[in-house]
Amino acid sequence: MSERQLVAGNIAVAMGALAAGCRYYFGYPITPQSDIPAYMAGELRKMGGTFIQAESEIASINMLLGASACGFRAMTSSSSPGISLKQEGISYMAGSELPGLIVNICRSGPGLGGIDPSQADYFQAVKTGGHGGYRTVVVAPASVQEMYDLTILAFDLSDRYRMPAVLLADSLVGQMKEALECKPYVPPSDLPAKAWAVTGKQGRKDQRIVKSLFLGEGELERHNWKLWGRAEELKAKEQRSEGKYLDDAQLLVTGFGSAARIAKSAVEMARTAGLKVGYLRPITLFPFPEVAFQQATATCKKVLCVELSTGQMVEDVRLSVARDAEVVFYGRPPGTGSLPTPEELFGQIHKHYGKGA
Amino acid sequence: MQPVFQRPISLKDVATHFCPGCQHGLIHRLVADAMDHFGVQPQTIGVASVGCSVFLYEYFDIDVVEAPHGRAPAVATGVKRARPDNFVFTYQGDGDLAAIGTSEIIHAANRGELFTAIFVNNTTYGMTGGQMAPTSLPGQRTLTSPEGRDVTIDGYPMRMAEVIAALDGAAYSVRVAVNSPKNILAAAKAIKTAFSYQIEKKGFAFVEVLSACPTNWGMSAVQANERVAKEMIPYFALGTFKEKN
Ligand SMILES: Cc1ncc(C[n+]2csc(CCOP(=O)(O)OP(=O)(O)O)c2C)c(N)n1
Ligand code: SF4
Repeated sequence: MSERQLVAGNIAVAMGALAAGCRYYFGYPITPQSDIPAYMAGELRKMGGTFIQAESEIASINMLLGASACGFRAMTSSSSPGISLKQEGISYMAGSELPGLIVNICRSGPGLGGIDPSQADYFQAVKTGGHGGYRTVVVAPASVQEMYDLTILAFDLSDRYRMPAVLLADSLVGQMKEALECKPYVPPSDLPAKAWAVTGKQGRKDQRIVKSLFLGEGELERHNWKLWGRAEELKAKEQRSEGKYLDDAQLLVTGFGSAARIAKSAVEMARTAGLKVGYLRPITLFPFPEVAFQQATATCKKVLCVELSTGQMVEDVRLSVARDAEVVFYGRPPGTGSLPTPEELFGQIHKHYGKGA
Repeated sequence: MQPVFQRPISLKDVATHFCPGCQHGLIHRLVADAMDHFGVQPQTIGVASVGCSVFLYEYFDIDVVEAPHGRAPAVATGVKRARPDNFVFTYQGDGDLAAIGTSEIIHAANRGELFTAIFVNNTTYGMTGGQMAPTSLPGQRTLTSPEGRDVTIDGYPMRMAEVIAALDGAAYSVRVAVNSPKNILAAAKAIKTAFSYQIEKKGFAFVEVLSACPTNWGMSAVQANERVAKEMIPYFALGTFKEKN
C-alpha cells in the first residue's frame, strides 16, 4: 500500500531512512536541515530506535561508525560546515569498509557563508573531502520523491559496496513541499549478509575487527586496490541519470539537484519556443553517469552546464562528453538573491543555441 | 596442583610489541582478568584508540572496532546503543582521551553511556615519540617541552578522573596505579568494579591508570616505575572520586 502525502524534502529523507530500516540517527543542529533530526527524534523514540543529539558533528559521525560496525543501518545529517567536520570520520568509515548514510543539505560558503541553496560542496562530496584516497556513493535528488527514493537507494548501494553514501541536496529541495508516494521498501534479495559486523565473539573462532590500520608488508596496498575495485564495480553497474528530449537535441542542458530543476523549466520554455534543446541530469554524482553523457554527445555537440557554484560538476561533464563536444558553463555562486530564474537560464540557452561546435 | 598464574582466556597467546617496562601490557592483563572474572569475553566489543594501544585486537581475543584518534567514546556510544546487551569498553591514552578527544569522553560520560573507559595516563604521547601530553607534569621534559613543561605557557596537567567524577552522568570514577603489588591489586579490583557498573547497568565507569613509559621518559624500567610513586602519585592522587550506588 502506498499513499500520497504532501511533505517537505527533508522530511522525505527522514521517511525514506525509516522505510529503509534505519533505526540509528546521530546529529548536531545546523540550518537548513534541522527538520530531519526533529522528525527522527520523534519517530525513532516511538519505534524504540536510537536518536542522539551529539556534542558535535565529529562525535556524530563516529557514533554512526560505531553503530554501522555493529551491522545496522545508521545515518547522520548536517549541512556544509558540519559536513567538513565529518570528513575524518568518513575517511575512517571508507577505510574500514563501513556503510552508512551522510546527508548534506548544503548551505553556501566558504566558511560560515550563508544558508542559501548551494552546490559548492560537489567537489567535497564527489572527489571526497577526507584523507587517503577513497570513494563514496553520492546521490543528488531533485524532487521530494527523490529525496525519499534516493535515501533508500543510498542505503542499498552503501551496504552492497561497503562504502559510505552521501546524499547531496540543498534547502531548495529540502524545504519545498511536493506530493510523496511512500513506496514500501523491499530490501534487494541479493544484498550480502554483514558477516563482518562486530557482535562479540559469541563462541565464534575468528575475531571480527573493524579497522583501517594495515601495517603488514603489502597489506595496505592490497586494501586500497580492493576499495578501488569496489568503486570500479559501482561505476560499471550503478550510473543513474534522467534524460529528456535527447534524440534531436542540438544543445544539451545539464545540472544536478536544485539547479537541474530550474534548468528543466528553462528547457521546457525552449521546447515551447521550438528550440531543440535536450536535458540530462545526473542522479548519481558518484558514479557519474559517463555513459549517458557519451551517448548524448555522440550527436549533440554542445552542452550547457548549470550549477549553483563557480563550476565544479562541469569538470566531470567535460571528462565524460564526446571529444568533439563543447561544454559551456553558467553558474551562480550561492548567496542571498543568487538563485537563477528559469527565464535567466532560458536566456543562456538562447545565447548558446545554434552556435559553436 | 592448582596453577597460580594462568593466561586469561580473554588474552591471546602472543608476545606484545610494548617496550620493556611499559605498563600497557600489565594493564591489558588486568582488563582481561576482569573480563574472565565476569565471563563477558564472548559478548565483548573493544574499542581501540590511536596510540601505543592501537593493537588491542592483536592481544585481546575479542571483536574490536578501531576508532579515529580521540573518538573512541563516540564510537563506543554507537556500538553500545546498537548492541546494548554486549559488553563494551574503550582503552585510551592521555593524548587520545585528554587532548584531542576531551569533548567525546566528557559528553559520553555525561550522557551516562553504559560502557567502560580505561584511561592510561603515562604523562606523554608514547606512540609519536614522547611529546608533551595534557597530563605531563610541571617541569617534565618532553620532545615538545625541552626545557620542561612551563605551566605559564603550556597550562597544567589535567586530572581526568576528577573531571569525570564531577559530571552527573558518570557513576564511577577512580584513579589507580600498577607500580607495586599493592597498587596492582587495587587496580584489579577497581577495573572489576568498573565492569560491574556496566554489567549491572549502573552507569558510566572510568578507570584512570597511571602507567610508566620508560622509553619516552628516558629511564630504565626500574627508574620509570619509581617515578610513578615519586612524581606521578603526588600530583595524581590515587582514589575513588565517584561511586554511585
Ligand atoms: C588526527 C590525528 N592526529 C595525530 C595523530 C598522531 N598520533 C598518533 S598516537 C598519538 C598520541 C598517542 O599518545 P597517547 O594517547 O597518550 O597514547 P600512548 O601512545 O602514550 O599510549 C598521536 C598524536 C593521529 N594518529 N591522528
Ligand atoms: S613508547 Fe611508552 S607507552 Fe609506548 S610501548 Fe613504549 S613504553 Fe609503552
